[in-house]
Amino acid sequence: MEYIPNILFAILLIFGIGYFGKNVKKLSRNINLGKDVDRSDNKSQRWKNMGMIALGQSKMVRRPIAGFFHIIVYVGFVIINIEVLEIIIDGLFGTHRVFTKVLPDSIYGFLIGTFEILAIGVLISVIIFWIRRNIIKLKRFLSAEMKGWPKSDGNIILYFEIVLMTLFIVMNAADISFQQAGNGNVISQYLYPLFEGNVETAHIIEKVAWWLHIAGILVFLNYLYFSKHLHILLAFPNTFYANLKPKGEFVNDANVTKEVMLMMDPNADPFAAPAEGEDEGEPEKFGASDVQDLNWVQLLNSYTCTECGRCTSECPANQTGKKLSPRKIMMDTRDRLEEVGKNIDANKGTFIDDGKSLLNDYITPEELWACTSCNACVEACPVSIDPLSIIMEMRKYLVMEQSAAPTELNVMMGNIENNGAPWPYNQMDRLNWKDEN
Amino acid sequence: MKVPTMAEYMAEGKQPEVLFWVGCAGSFDDRAKKITKAFVKILNNANVEFAVLGAEESCTGDPAKRAGNEFLFQMQAVTNIEVMNAYDIKKVVTACPHCFNTLKNEYPGLGGTYEVMHHTQFLKSLLDDGRLKIEGGSFKGKKITFHDPCYLGRGNEVYEAPRELIRKLDVELVEMKNCRKKGLCCGAGGAQMFKDAEPGDKEVNIERTEQALEVQPDIIATGCPFCNTMMTDGIKNKEKEDSVIVQDIAELIANAQDL
Repeated sequence: MEYIPNILFAILLIFGIGYFGKNVKKLSRNINLGKDVDRSDNKSQRWKNMGMIALGQSKMVRRPIAGFFHIIVYVGFVIINIEVLEIIIDGLFGTHRVFTKVLPDSIYGFLIGTFEILAIGVLISVIIFWIRRNIIKLKRFLSAEMKGWPKSDGNIILYFEIVLMTLFIVMNAADISFQQAGNGNVISQYLYPLFEGNVETAHIIEKVAWWLHIAGILVFLNYLYFSKHLHILLAFPNTFYANLKPKGEFVNDANVTKEVMLMMDPNADPFAAPAEGEDEGEPEKFGASDVQDLNWVQLLNSYTCTECGRCTSECPANQTGKKLSPRKIMMDTRDRLEEVGKNIDANKGTFIDDGKSLLNDYITPEELWACTSCNACVEACPVSIDPLSIIMEMRKYLVMEQSAAPTELNVMMGNIENNGAPWPYNQMDRLNWKDEN
Repeated sequence: MKVPTMAEYMAEGKQPEVLFWVGCAGSFDDRAKKITKAFVKILNNANVEFAVLGAEESCTGDPAKRAGNEFLFQMQAVTNIEVMNAYDIKKVVTACPHCFNTLKNEYPGLGGTYEVMHHTQFLKSLLDDGRLKIEGGSFKGKKITFHDPCYLGRGNEVYEAPRELIRKLDVELVEMKNCRKKGLCCGAGGAQMFKDAEPGDKEVNIERTEQALEVQPDIIATGCPFCNTMMTDGIKNKEKEDSVIVQDIAELIANAQDL
């Protein structure tokens, strides 16, 4: 009978991590629905970016207040996880604070003391974040796309963190032997008087807090997949695989190049049949109307987005009241990708057309045409997400597959085609300015 | 004003130091033509051997690409590359950040690799080599603010060259609340120049003009013909055209020297 808690703990752990693993597999399957794109070049720069941007939070601090508190929560959360290791060992082997026996007192005290201070730091930061969202009501948390689930998701994460940090402190405060040793209980000692009178109750409270804490962590881990909080994991690969080229450079579509080169080649036979054995395959679709037309980095971007809205608040179109919101582009992409993933799960591994697409059902042409391609959203993103590349792919689809450009743009493109300029002037007049006053 | 063409250089069996890519706006737009001429005057004054393509130049394809017409863009690019490669061009300078970005970043993948400079970078290099002298002249002590073009700034991280030129004019350079990496678009990029804006509360160029007017400048300096048009329109909309002038950095330098 004495092993029951250990067995229960092991089951909890296996179930918690197993379910998470299952969702990670689904996540990776969904991301791989995207087209291939080569991001294997320049590894050293990629590692450096990941170190600076994801690990070092260099872009978070461009907004100093949010950046400062975010770093506390981030560091706190990462470091406190060392404590989770002790909890897991204790849980599996029925030990109590196993590290006290392994580590010298001074180090153990220092570690736990640090965790307690960080826990308080996280608690304060998270409360400030909650106030920003719910009382100060910062504009970027109130946009149209932030209603419903995105809004509650943001708050649920904060509640989770409040509860987990509180449980950690309570667990320490109610641990009478830990308190009596007086080593590292820098914060919890102030709560200890609440528990020291009644050894029995204190013990129960400590156990309950301990179980809730670890169970809470496992639940939170599994919550990630369903939440914008997934960024805590994906920020790392996302910054690693981000575009390294100048932001102004837009990809030259290789399929188009093939056709253009064929057209420009005076020796090419326009009626030539494909060579024997050469598979023509499906004709390539230009641009993107759905998530499968995007590349896997763009899909990874959508899962990484934490809906902070820094992109949208910097977007010139959004600032002047137009419908475009780069954040919504990312949220829509993720929502649609999830929908496609569920469709595949329901249909035994193949996607059955559901008559919907990212374009029109989620993102409207009006949003896409409002973009000035200024790259403010890309620059603003703290984790190197590129909403602009998705906007451009979808414009490409509208123009090249559907000929659905706004009339004025068709006029402009006609002018370029006929006169070599976006305006209706004769190419032969290009040097007239030389002789004008 | 001396404006030789590549064809003329070729006929003489010579290579100019640099090709001046004028761009569509610089060739046809009345306001932008002034920028083109100002830049040419500076080049003439500094004895730079340059040439233009003239009638052999065509749109780089930038607005087509940003509007989503990749096919038209690549047709333009490949045609222009054929012309430039036939002249064996090595170095290109342009006063348009859109041409600059496309020539510099998007042409190499299609067979056209050149050293491409924005005119502010080129003027800065002339200054560093002692071939160009900049003095404030009538601008001395004036308050000036610089509007970062997206395709020069964020697009290619050129922030300092234009500012260094401005400082040489003995003026007081004041920055808008959104500058450099946080610069606000003029509203013309991404082919917006050629269409009406989507419905909203305000035009982007008005928002940007308001930001510029907040720092109470005498001059708004630009480095892009499209930004220039948008800011000029913004200033007219605010009825400030008598007190605030909008000029390209090339115009400022040419005017300061009475060229």
